[in-house]
Amino acid sequence: MEILLAIMTGILYAAGIYLILRRSLVKLIIGIVLLGNGVNLLIFLMGGLVKGRPPIIPEDAKHLEGLFADPVPQALILTAIVISFGLQSFAIVLIKRAYKVVKTDDIDAMNETDRI
Amino acid sequence: MHSQLIILPILFQALIAVILLFLWSKPRTQRVVSVLGSGVSVIISALLFSQVWNNGIQTMQIGNWEPPFGISLVADTFAVVLVLLTSVVGFAVSIYSSTNVVSSRVKFGYYAMFHFLIMGLTGAFLTGDIFNLYVWFEVIIISSFVLLTIGGRKAQLEGAVKYFTLNMLASIVFLTAIAMLYGVTGSLNMAELSQIIPTIENKGLVSTISLIFFVGFGVKSGVFPLYFWLPASYHTPPAAVSALFGGLLTKVGVYAMIRVFTLLFPISGVNQTVFIVIAAFTIIFGGIGALVQKDMVRTFSYLIICHIGFMIGGLSMFTEMALVGVVFYMFHDIIVKANLFLIGGFTFRIFGNNKLSEMGGLMNNYPKLALLFVIPLFALVGIPPLSGFWPKISLFGASYETSNIGLLVAFIFASFITLFIIAKIWNQVFAKHASERDDLVKLKYFNQFTKREKTALIFPIVFLALITLYYGFFADHIQVLSERISYELMHPNEYFEAVFNIKNETTQ
Amino acid sequence: MKSIILSSASNYLLPLLLLFSVFVLLRGHYLPGGGFIGGLIASIAFILHAFANGLKKTRYLLRIHPGFLIPVGLTVAILSAVAPMIFADLPLLTGLWYPDEIPVIGKIGSALFFDTGVYLVVVGVSLTIIFTISETV
Repeated sequence: MEILLAIMTGILYAAGIYLILRRSLVKLIIGIVLLGNGVNLLIFLMGGLVKGRPPIIPEDAKHLEGLFADPVPQALILTAIVISFGLQSFAIVLIKRAYKVVKTDDIDAMNETDRI
Repeated sequence: MHSQLIILPILFQALIAVILLFLWSKPRTQRVVSVLGSGVSVIISALLFSQVWNNGIQTMQIGNWEPPFGISLVADTFAVVLVLLTSVVGFAVSIYSSTNVVSSRVKFGYYAMFHFLIMGLTGAFLTGDIFNLYVWFEVIIISSFVLLTIGGRKAQLEGAVKYFTLNMLASIVFLTAIAMLYGVTGSLNMAELSQIIPTIENKGLVSTISLIFFVGFGVKSGVFPLYFWLPASYHTPPAAVSALFGGLLTKVGVYAMIRVFTLLFPISGVNQTVFIVIAAFTIIFGGIGALVQKDMVRTFSYLIICHIGFMIGGLSMFTEMALVGVVFYMFHDIIVKANLFLIGGFTFRIFGNNKLSEMGGLMNNYPKLALLFVIPLFALVGIPPLSGFWPKISLFGASYETSNIGLLVAFIFASFITLFIIAKIWNQVFAKHASERDDLVKLKYFNQFTKREKTALIFPIVFLALITLYYGFFADHIQVLSERISYELMHPNEYFEAVFNIKNETTQ
Repeated sequence: MKSIILSSASNYLLPLLLLFSVFVLLRGHYLPGGGFIGGLIASIAFILHAFANGLKKTRYLLRIHPGFLIPVGLTVAILSAVAPMIFADLPLLTGLWYPDEIPVIGKIGSALFFDTGVYLVVVGVSLTIIFTISETV
C-alpha cells in the first residue's frame, strides 16, 4: 500500500509540474491543483498508514488504546485542503478575468510587466 | 508564563477586518476605522514589545493544550520587533491609502484585505509551530493576491498571474518540506523540533529537507534564481499596496528563513556554501537588474532583491556579529523600502509617470519635498549618520572575520551599485530640469489635491523618515536590541525552555 | 438546458440537503463531519438549485447577498474563540463546555459556535465565488 501511494504521489507531482510548464493558463491551474493533491497524499503517507483504526475515542473509553492512526496528518490535510480550496477558487476567478482582459490563454503573451 | 497580550496584535487586526467587512459599502467610514485601528494596533504591539523586553520570551498555548500537541505562539524579541514594525508600516500605509486608493477599490474590500494581510504577517512572526507558519503564509498570499488584483487593470492581472503561480508553488514546496519533516521527526512544534533534529542519524535526509525549506522560503523572499515574480508584479498595484509588499512581504520570507535556519537547521557544511553562493548571486543580479531599469518603482523592486541578498549573506555566515548586522539591516530595510514605494506613489502624482526620463525638477519646484525624499534614498545607500550605514559595518566586519572574501566583494559591489542608482535617480528626478508634463494622463495631480489629502500623502513619508533618522542617530539603541536578538537566535535553548516552561535557575 | 426532473427534484433536495448539512455540522465534534464539510454541503444545495432553476430564483430564495455571511460567520467564530479569554482567563480557543446535554443538539460548547462560524463563512465564500463566476458567463 505504501509503495502504491508513493508511486501515486510521484505521478501527481510529475503531472503537476508538467502541466505548470505548459503555456496555457487553464493547464497551469490544473497543474497546481494536482500538485496540491500530491502534497496532501505525501503528508498522509508520511504520517504512516494504519488500517481500520480511526483515532476516535469510543463512547465508553477515556483514551485511545493500542494501535491507532495518527490524527495529526489528517488534521494537516484537512487544513491544506481548505486552504487550497480558497486559493484555487480565487485563481480560477483570476484566470477568467485575465483571459477577458488580455484576451489570450497563452502565458508567454503576458509579458507586458516584464518589459523594461 | 501565561499572557493574553501575545495574541492581541493578531486578534485586533482580525477584529478590524471584520468590522470593515460589515462597512462594505461605506468607504469614508472604512478609512476612518482603518486609520484608528492601525493606530491602536501600534500601541498594542508596543505594549507587547515592552513586556517581552522586560520579562523575556512570552508564550501562549492555543486551546490550552500541552506544548508539543497544540499550537504555540512564541514572542521572542525578534518576532516582537517585527510585529511592532509591521504595525508601524501598516499605520503609515493606512493613512497614505486614504488618499492614494480610490473609493471604487475600497468598495471591493481593500481595507479589509489590508488588515487581513497585516494579521497574516503578525501571525507568521508570532507562531511557534511550523505548520501554523504555513497557514499564516497562505493567509498572506490570499489577501495580498486580492490586494494585487483589486482594480483589474491589464498589468495588474498579468502581474498577479505570475505572483500567484510562483507563490503557490513555493507554498507547495514548503508543505512538502513540512510533510517530510513530520515523517522524520513526528513533530511540528518548532521548539521541540530544535531538540529532535540534532539526534537524527540520517544527516543527509535532514540536509535535503532543509534545502527544500530553503527553496520554499527562497521564492517568497526573492533570492537569486527564484525572484522573477517580484519585479513583474510589485509595481502594478497602487503605491500603498506596493509599499506594504515591498516593505514587509519579502521580509516575512527572510524571517522564516532566519527562524528555521537558526532554530531547526543551524547552518553548516554544504548548506553554508549553497547559501553564500546564492546570496552573492542575489546581490549581483538584483543590482544589475536595478541598473538597467528606466522606471523608478521598478528600480526599487530590483533593489529589494539586491538587499535581500545582504540578509541571506549575513545569515549564511552564521556568526553572532553577522546576525546582528542581518537583524539591524532587516529593521532598516522594512522602513526604508516601504517609504521608497510611498515616495514612488507620490512622484507619480506629481509627474503622472514614473519613467525616469519624464521626471525632473523636483528640487526647484518642491524643495522641501526633495529634502524629505532624500532621507530614505540616502539611508538606503548607507551614508554615515543614516541607518543603512550601521548594519553594513557588522556585515562587512563579519564577512572579513570569517574570510568570506567573495561575499565581502559582493557587499561592496552592491553598495556601489546602490550609490550609483541613487545618484542616477538624483540626477533624473531632482536635479534635471522639468520636462514638459503631458497632462493627457487622466489623473488627479498633486497640485489639485486639497490640503487634507496632501497631508495624508506627506504625513506617512515624514513619519517613516523620522524612524529612519532615529535608527541613524540613535543607532546604539538598535545595536543593543540587535545584539540581544542575535544572542537569542544563536542560543535556541532559551526558545525551547520558554515554550516548555522549563525554569532554568543557572541562567538567572 | 432545462430539465424538469432536476428542477422539481431540486425543490425537495434543497431543504433535505440543508438539513443534512446541519446534521453534519452538529456531529462534527466527536465524529467525522464539521463546519467546513457542512458548509460545503449547504452551498452545494444552493448551487444545485441554481443549476436547475436559474441564478435569479436562488438569489430570491436566499434574500441576502451570500457575501454578507462571511463577516457574520467570522464574528461568530472570533467571539467563540475569544470567549475563554474573556470569561475564564484561559488561552484563545480553549474549549468551554456547558455541562449538561441538550436534546437533539447534544453537548454544547464554544467549539460548536466556532464550527457554526466556519459553516457560515464557507457558505458565504463558496456561494459568492460561484455566483460571480456563473453570472458573467
